Amino acid sequence: MILASVLTTNLAILVLAGFIGFVVISKVPNTLHTPLMSGTNAIHGIVLLGGLLLIGLSGNDAFNKVILVIAIVFGTINIIGGFLVTDRMLEMFKSKPKPAKEREDEHEAGGKER
Amino acid sequence: MTVPMATSFLQSESFIYVLYIIAFSLFIQGLRGLAGPTTAVRGNRIAAVGMAIAVIATLLKPDEGNWGLIALGIALGTAVGVPAARQVKMTAMPQMVALFNGVGGGAVFLIAWAEFRRTGGYSGIATYITIFSLFAAIVGSVSFWGSNIAFGKLQEIIPGRPITLGAGQQVVNGLLLVLALAGAIDIASGNHSEAIFIGVLVCAALLGNAVVLPIGGADMPVVISLLNAFTGLSAAATGVALNNPAMIVAGMIVGASGTILTNLMAVAMNRSIPAIVAGGFGGGGAVEGASGAGEHAGTVRSTTAADAAIQLAYANRVVVVPGYGMAVAQAQHAVRELTKELEDRGVEVSYAIHPVAGRMPGHMNVLLAEADVPYDQLKEMDDANPEFQRTDVSLVIGANDVTNPAAKNTPSSPIYGMPILEVNDSHSVIVIKRSMNPGFAGIENELYYDPKTTMLFGDAKSAVSEITAELAQI
Repeated sequence: MILASVLTTNLAILVLAGFIGFVVISKVPNTLHTPLMSGTNAIHGIVLLGGLLLIGLSGNDAFNKVILVIAIVFGTINIIGGFLVTDRMLEMFKSKPKPAKEREDEHEAGGKER
Repeated sequence: MTVPMATSFLQSESFIYVLYIIAFSLFIQGLRGLAGPTTAVRGNRIAAVGMAIAVIATLLKPDEGNWGLIALGIALGTAVGVPAARQVKMTAMPQMVALFNGVGGGAVFLIAWAEFRRTGGYSGIATYITIFSLFAAIVGSVSFWGSNIAFGKLQEIIPGRPITLGAGQQVVNGLLLVLALAGAIDIASGNHSEAIFIGVLVCAALLGNAVVLPIGGADMPVVISLLNAFTGLSAAATGVALNNPAMIVAGMIVGASGTILTNLMAVAMNRSIPAIVAGGFGGGGAVEGASGAGEHAGTVRSTTAADAAIQLAYANRVVVVPGYGMAVAQAQHAVRELTKELEDRGVEVSYAIHPVAGRMPGHMNVLLAEADVPYDQLKEMDDANPEFQRTDVSLVIGANDVTNPAAKNTPSSPIYGMPILEVNDSHSVIVIKRSMNPGFAGIENELYYDPKTTMLFGDAKSAVSEITAELAQI
């Protein structure tokens, strides 16, 4: 009974999230599709939570600890790398609809050390 | 810590669950920001805050432990991720996305494996958890290996051309899929053997390799989107298996995003997703193209940078059509300098961008944004096409198949029906190209034989710089 209700609740969340995803993502213009990809990429780094959850439960299984540490490394790369790179890209788009010449120059000086 | 009575409020199930709800709300709110360039930066940061909250919530769990290992993993991941994200060039963005996508998939199948071992081969847990965990293991493994191959191709460690087993390819793929599923069914119905679980992972890994290797470089926008969807769905499945709402929501949103993008890319190529995944397009197209090549008895007129500069200087309206060639030559800054010079002379400049130009969705936009091209000059295909008729010069830089009028006029062409940028509607066309070699689809471009068209042969970057230099002397 309890198991069934956990399953059905989670399925409901799954389906609703799918619909919300479609609605929200449909509004993103073609121009921003690369940042969208890298941003959603960062979001699926949420699998890091799985690694964190299981490593606390893994007891004395040394092999499990090894693969979970690798999973945590992967998840962290995914999250941190993904958000940072998306931020870098979006900063470049942000300065674009040129409000004032000076402000644009400021952005150039501040945001683009490569 | 494990005694329930000692659990503080902060560690209670309900509090942690509420934090997860806040986290996924922030993901959704953050992605809503991506609807426009001015709100996008903030949106991405909101999503990042959501992620931080989700991680903290997980660390609050009373049965959390092995802190040293957690710190080690996060420290290593940060040490790799931060410099990679800071230093990657915008032209290398497709491989970066493929790589990040791969590590996500890798984490998913490793977590499923750890879950299998921890529960003694899924013994004593609900069957549905087993099924979702196995799904995550298979899809995560496919995504990990597939993304790595995509990375290798984009980074040119592996040749970009299709690598296939020929006619046997589909049989091998099918066999691998059936084997992986058979193993999964065996485990789900009560077999606790780890050897079989590893066998499932290996079959899925081979399948990931076998599916992506035959796909050519120009189909990469579809592949990357598809793998993105896969990793998202496998993350959502992991969330169901571990009863974690934040993972379910985040995974499904990514799955939806990847699915939408995959569809868009496939439509923009006028090809079905199964046909692209079946791969090998480059080979088949080249044969048809070779037979069609002779039909064009027309001549190709080549031009010089000086002539091109004059042509551009006296135009009222110029549309730049960038393609993968611009990315390869890293010519975006040179292009921006040229267009700045033109704008100073009062020429109206805009950029027409085909959805599949480059190696990932929106690739050209990122490069041009990097070069400080104003956002409102970047025109999507549907907005750009009606404008070509009143355009004096279309400057095609490293784009090929997406400008081929054969897609509209020649029913026998392999790309017939693909939506194109109708540059042949403009008064004149200048094409910057390294040689007359056909593009990815392996077919001749009728545009090059059009009397309105002149060709400027050379590397995109140096050719564009030469035009700018000539322009300064006019």
